[in-house]
Amino acid sequence: MALAQPKITATEERLSALRLPESGVWLARARGAAQDRVRTMGLPAARDEYWKFTPPGTLVQPEAPQAAVFRHDEAPVFDGIERLKIVFVDGVFDAAASDPLEGEGLQIERLADVAAQDIHWARDLYGVLETRGQTPVDRPLAALNTAYASDGILIRVTGHVSKPVSLIYHHESTSSDAILHHVMKVEEGASLTLLENGPAAARFNKVMEVDVADSAAFHHVRAQGRDHERRAATHIFARLGRESTFKSFTLTVNGKMTRNECVIELTGDDAVAHVAGAALGDGDFHGDDTVFVTHDAVNCESRQVFKKVLRNGATGVFQGKILVKPGAQQTDGYQISQSLLLDGDSQFLAKPELEIYADDVACSHGSTSGAIDEDALFYLRARGIPGNVATDLLTLAFLAQAVDEIEDETLRTEMAARLEGWLSRRSG
Amino acid sequence: MLEIKGLNVKLEEEDKQILKGVDLSVEAGTVHAIMGPNGSGKSTLSYVLSGRDGYVVTEGSATLEGHDLLDLEPEERAAIGLFLAFQYPVEIPGVGNMTFLRTAVNAQRKARGLEEMNATEFLKLIRQKAKELQIDADMLKRPVNVGFSGGEKKRNEILQMAMLEPKMCILDETDSGLDVDAMKLVADGVNALRGAGRGFLVITHYQRLLNHIQPDVVHIMSDGRIVKSGGPELALEVEENGYGDILSEVA
Ligand SMILES: Nc1ncnc2c1ncn2[C@@H]1O[C@H](COP(=O)(O)OP(=O)(O)O)[C@@H](O)[C@H]1O
Ligand SMILES: [Mg+2]
Repeated sequence: MALAQPKITATEERLSALRLPESGVWLARARGAAQDRVRTMGLPAARDEYWKFTPPGTLVQPEAPQAAVFRHDEAPVFDGIERLKIVFVDGVFDAAASDPLEGEGLQIERLADVAAQDIHWARDLYGVLETRGQTPVDRPLAALNTAYASDGILIRVTGHVSKPVSLIYHHESTSSDAILHHVMKVEEGASLTLLENGPAAARFNKVMEVDVADSAAFHHVRAQGRDHERRAATHIFARLGRESTFKSFTLTVNGKMTRNECVIELTGDDAVAHVAGAALGDGDFHGDDTVFVTHDAVNCESRQVFKKVLRNGATGVFQGKILVKPGAQQTDGYQISQSLLLDGDSQFLAKPELEIYADDVACSHGSTSGAIDEDALFYLRARGIPGNVATDLLTLAFLAQAVDEIEDETLRTEMAARLEGWLSRRSG
Repeated sequence: MLEIKGLNVKLEEEDKQILKGVDLSVEAGTVHAIMGPNGSGKSTLSYVLSGRDGYVVTEGSATLEGHDLLDLEPEERAAIGLFLAFQYPVEIPGVGNMTFLRTAVNAQRKARGLEEMNATEFLKLIRQKAKELQIDADMLKRPVNVGFSGGEKKRNEILQMAMLEPKMCILDETDSGLDVDAMKLVADGVNALRGAGRGFLVITHYQRLLNHIQPDVVHIMSDGRIVKSGGPELALEVEENGYGDILSEVA
């Protein structure tokens, strides 16, 4: 189908503000093909079905909207945790602030460093998982990323890894427009924990492709940074092999605009994929979690657990789909998305979907939106707990189900503490 | 201790009068019981005293040791020593029973200008009190009242009371849904707190709880009023003849 003229115009305007980075053969091919995909799909527009709850305009316009840098004296997320640090400032790699790109069981490289090569292992994944994720729904911002990413981290995990890899994204410029593309290849039987934190840029477009081989495991915990004016469109494309595990948790606090897409394909039998998120929005906040899980193997389990707390006119969005392909028997699919509206001005828009082509499956989904439970609030207050403290307790309890999806206790405690901090800074 | 005068209460949402002039005075160190048929307004009285939304006091007053209760937030009423053991304890998923109790104890201490109780002190105290009520460690760890049986919920109310050491305790049908053994545990918990200048208002539908918690005064409530007051023998009269005789006698 031919694209509508306004869409073509908007897409070309955006592309003309970008330049394809110089690349060697393997990457140039991937970039060129991605550029073609962008032109074929066109960038998201307000009338697109997949963007009906989230206005894509500011994510698509040629210039990044200004975003003030938010200064605060809170300790950085993951501060006390032993990890391999890789730092980007407004999307630019900061060598001085980063640890050497090496670690036990790991092969770590920067995309920019290997871009000029003619061949690289990442060729089999870069833009490849993204392309797979374009069916059946277009994700043009991800294709744009594949074409134009200025840098990124390529990690190949071959053996035992002694500590998590931590990507830290600072935001220093009010007009930065960062595009990063990471590739993670976790080889058979290996496992990696990846941490991400920080606002990254005024506008951030990030893609992460994750290939989890047979019996491998990938754990991911990220905190998106407290800058109120930042915007972000992120994509995770994960492909899971037999008996593999993929677990991802995202904490989204503040930010004018966040669209997190997570596209998971279970291709090997007995694999497990969990994706969860806790979001806190106060005022000018729009947080969208869009998840698409495809079961294409036998006896796989998937869970989606998303919780949002919204107040003062904040908007939360959840679009979640479980697709069970023919033959994907014994699928266990679960999805829950809930919002807690702390006042009448906020809104939660949800579209949960199941599409099932196998007969022996157990899939459930639920979506709710509600206020604080008045009976519970009164009960706590009747025991002497002040109203604001009681509200915070109930809010944390509401979010706990999502936070509890984090397997590692230290990381779970860290995320819970961040939520508590956010609430206590706001309670009267 | 607790002084209620001419209390008239209607619902906020509809024009329905529930309490129609309640007068009641509970002196320090005494146990008063309120009995009465279902729907007579007993729970409403307990909610209004503890500050639940949804009711409007149209007339009358309620004070605790001279403090105007009706002017205070629920947490302030708790901090000056009022405690309500709920007829229907609320389940709170995601909030651990222990966290809840510690937050409550320390909030009240803070409101009274006392130092917070540290974790070790608190643990020691709660273990001891829980043991007396045969509440196991698992119940302390679980979310507040979630998955508790009826009896466990009621014992959990008494545990909270024991930890908070209020001055004025209102027990709303704490006996309902309890078997004999559980009732004995609850009664022992209450009796352990008797004296020390504490006041009790024990709301019950049946006389049997009063065998275990001997009241000083018994009131009969009907249609939003206290229609008759007397000694413990009044409860026995209800037990034998039901409410019918008493109500027709005062009508
Ligand atoms: N929130 C409410 N909405 C409607 N009716 C109520 C409400 N609270 C109390 N009532 C009514 O008030 C009366 C007294 O109820 P309640 O105080 O629960 O009595 P008791 O505890 O003595 O059984 C009943 O008729 C009850 O239906
Ligand atoms: Mg009642």
